[in-house]
Amino acid sequence: MLNKIKRDIPQHIDNYGDAKPYAGPFATKPEGIRMSPTIVASKPMDRKMVEDIREALEKAEVRDGMTISFHHHLRNGDFILNAVLDELAAMDIKDITIFASSLTNAHEPLIDHIRSGVVTGLNTSGLRGAIGKAQAEENILGKPVVFRTHGGRARAIESGEVKIDIAFIGAPACDEMGNMNGMEGKSAFGAMGYPIVDAQYADKVIAITDNLMPFPLNKISIPMTLVDYVVVVDSIGDPTKIASGATRVTKNPTDLLIAENAAKILIASGYVKEGFAFQAGSGGPSLAVCKFLREYMIEKKITGSFAAGGVTSYLVKLLEEGLFKALLDTQTFDAEAVDSMKRNPNHIEMSAAMYANPHNKSCTAHQLDIMVLSATEIDEKFNINSLTGSTGMIMGALGGAPDTAAGAKMTVVVAPTMRKRIPIVVEEVTNVVTPGDTVDVLVTERGICVNPEREDLIEKFQAAGIQLMDIKTLREKVEKFTGKPEHVEYTDEIVGVIEYRDGTVTDVIYKTK
Amino acid sequence: MGNLRRTMLFCPASNPKHLFTAMIYKPDCLLFDLEDAVAYSDKLAARDLMAEALKVIDYEKCEVFVRINSLNSEFGQDDVKELVPAGLRRMRLPMCESKADVERLHKLLDEVEEQHGIEKGSVKIQCAIETPIGVHNSLEIALASDRVVSISFGAEDFTRTLGTNRTREGKELFLARSTVVMNAKIAGVDSIDTVFADVGDTEGFMNEVREAHNLGFSGKSCIHPSQINLVHSVFTPSMEEVKSSIKIIEAAAKADISKGGVILVDGKMVDIPVIEKAKRVLNLAEGAGIYAGGQSC
Repeated sequence: MLNKIKRDIPQHIDNYGDAKPYAGPFATKPEGIRMSPTIVASKPMDRKMVEDIREALEKAEVRDGMTISFHHHLRNGDFILNAVLDELAAMDIKDITIFASSLTNAHEPLIDHIRSGVVTGLNTSGLRGAIGKAQAEENILGKPVVFRTHGGRARAIESGEVKIDIAFIGAPACDEMGNMNGMEGKSAFGAMGYPIVDAQYADKVIAITDNLMPFPLNKISIPMTLVDYVVVVDSIGDPTKIASGATRVTKNPTDLLIAENAAKILIASGYVKEGFAFQAGSGGPSLAVCKFLREYMIEKKITGSFAAGGVTSYLVKLLEEGLFKALLDTQTFDAEAVDSMKRNPNHIEMSAAMYANPHNKSCTAHQLDIMVLSATEIDEKFNINSLTGSTGMIMGALGGAPDTAAGAKMTVVVAPTMRKRIPIVVEEVTNVVTPGDTVDVLVTERGICVNPEREDLIEKFQAAGIQLMDIKTLREKVEKFTGKPEHVEYTDEIVGVIEYRDGTVTDVIYKTK
Repeated sequence: MGNLRRTMLFCPASNPKHLFTAMIYKPDCLLFDLEDAVAYSDKLAARDLMAEALKVIDYEKCEVFVRINSLNSEFGQDDVKELVPAGLRRMRLPMCESKADVERLHKLLDEVEEQHGIEKGSVKIQCAIETPIGVHNSLEIALASDRVVSISFGAEDFTRTLGTNRTREGKELFLARSTVVMNAKIAGVDSIDTVFADVGDTEGFMNEVREAHNLGFSGKSCIHPSQINLVHSVFTPSMEEVKSSIKIIEAAAKADISKGGVILVDGKMVDIPVIEKAKRVLNLAEGAGIYAGGQSC
């Protein structure tokens, strides 16, 4: 069946279940009641400290077929997931479903655990490197990976759609009762946005720390009321690998040109005004947009309400200069931003549910005026792909893009028209991650295109003297340089299901031939 | 209105990426270099790339120049013979020191144009003045051919041949830059100022740009896209200047002082030189896209 964005979705997907087709950003209404964790009790003198990961797993009564959650705040520097999987393999546990907020190149040893049957299911926001390649080309799992947005993951947990048996939470600072935060210690990574939700709903919660601090911890992101066991290890990860290079404003002239054009668009839209709310992705032209926006805000003496998302030192600078009143942070990208969260009460930690779960009474993503996104592909219907390459490889993530695009009053995509001669603007994206009915403007180095549905924006931009281009014309212009991309051939085996934030399916990924 | 040549962005022709991205920064002119920026071993490949680029790439509103190799080198003549049929209509001749240098290229262009059925005189020349003798002879160079549309000043080779060093203040260049500008004006061609090599030194660059503008240069060579908007900001009239120029032109048209005399506009005396300056401002504004024949846009 075709969903609203004309992607053909099977009614039933083996090892996934019945698929609800995407029907529009707010068209599908939730039903039922929320997840309700089992009631537990504690007694005086209860101890949570365990010797090692093995003992924690044993006490949590790990067994075949369980769902175990992880979070990716340490990104490429994460040691936890591999350490836990090695222990599960040593215990001869099989058929585990990994429910991760995302997976990075640091998790490549996962491939061996999949091949040996320790892991048989993956739920994640992203997949990259050798794991993405092995799934796209070989279907090593033998069933689809379920890709969820950050808001969609929180929704799946809170709605009870996914039941976490054991949650592993990396804690840069933790006391012996399991109070923890991400701001202190040698492995500090900042906000604990994803596992705040896991801890509330998982059957068993295991804190892994390399920094046991005296009880009571004075900054608490996840409280002891939710934690079963505490394990101390030598190191939970390497925070220097959280975001290599992605948090500095680019010097690449093309990216700067795109960012400058995007800033003109933001200003002409009228949304940059006193009290506005803003989010931009890290790295490349998105972060550079902040540089130009900053200059305008200073000149016009504009103070924004909040900036959100993955927080970088650049956003911290905007907070400290008084250009935004607050930062709302689910995931922190560098040491300066971690330090800011620790000392500045206006740098506020938020859970992934508060950030973007659409099935709550409100969320931050819905308060945004402006969202600036990047893309690996965008098509003539403004659909965005940030997960798969034109070769069919799985090499990216959903992140919070579909959440924020749906929530923001204006969503602007900033992207070069080509990367290494591969066109970014295409007739039809390889896979849809962020539906085009939630995307308003594309800014590239060769032209600016506005979704024809946004007549109000077209009028404003034209009044400001900004030259616009039809997206098809831009695509044809780019293809004069790159040629028309060849289409990859696929089998009929589904290796990935891309869920929209509300649990409907935007697209499926097929195995390549 | 003639072409504006406020900015001329240097790009090595040996880098394919530059060939299809340089125009996105919207300089008035692009200068693809086959000379100093290309290693000896890459000269032929760069020329082939350049020829293909000229055939297939739409450079939109950018005026495309190619700096050919010296006609005395083993590459210069073939640069002309291959690039003109491929579509090149503007070329920079390096190290011009006398009118004979220009006449030699002029003659070669006559032959190539005739051989390929290209309208005679359609290929234009920019002469690079890079030595003391070149500066001294810049008037005869600018007047040597009706193909010459501009002369450019190159400070690096100039200071080297003068036996001095280039400084941030640039006092050592003052006489040469002024001479080039004046001789360009006498010959009725554009004059393009030298490059500023320290891309990170925005303050130093802007000082040099403002000085070039005050000296009377038509534009400045750029070696990085980040320099383009900076140059345009100096070489483009402000909206206040445009509005005041429109007023002057309108008042002058009503009073008809073409044969002399003065009028008052907003309490200021306006005579023929002021009117001419106002025309120049509007011409620049029109070329820069901020004024369209009677209306600011």
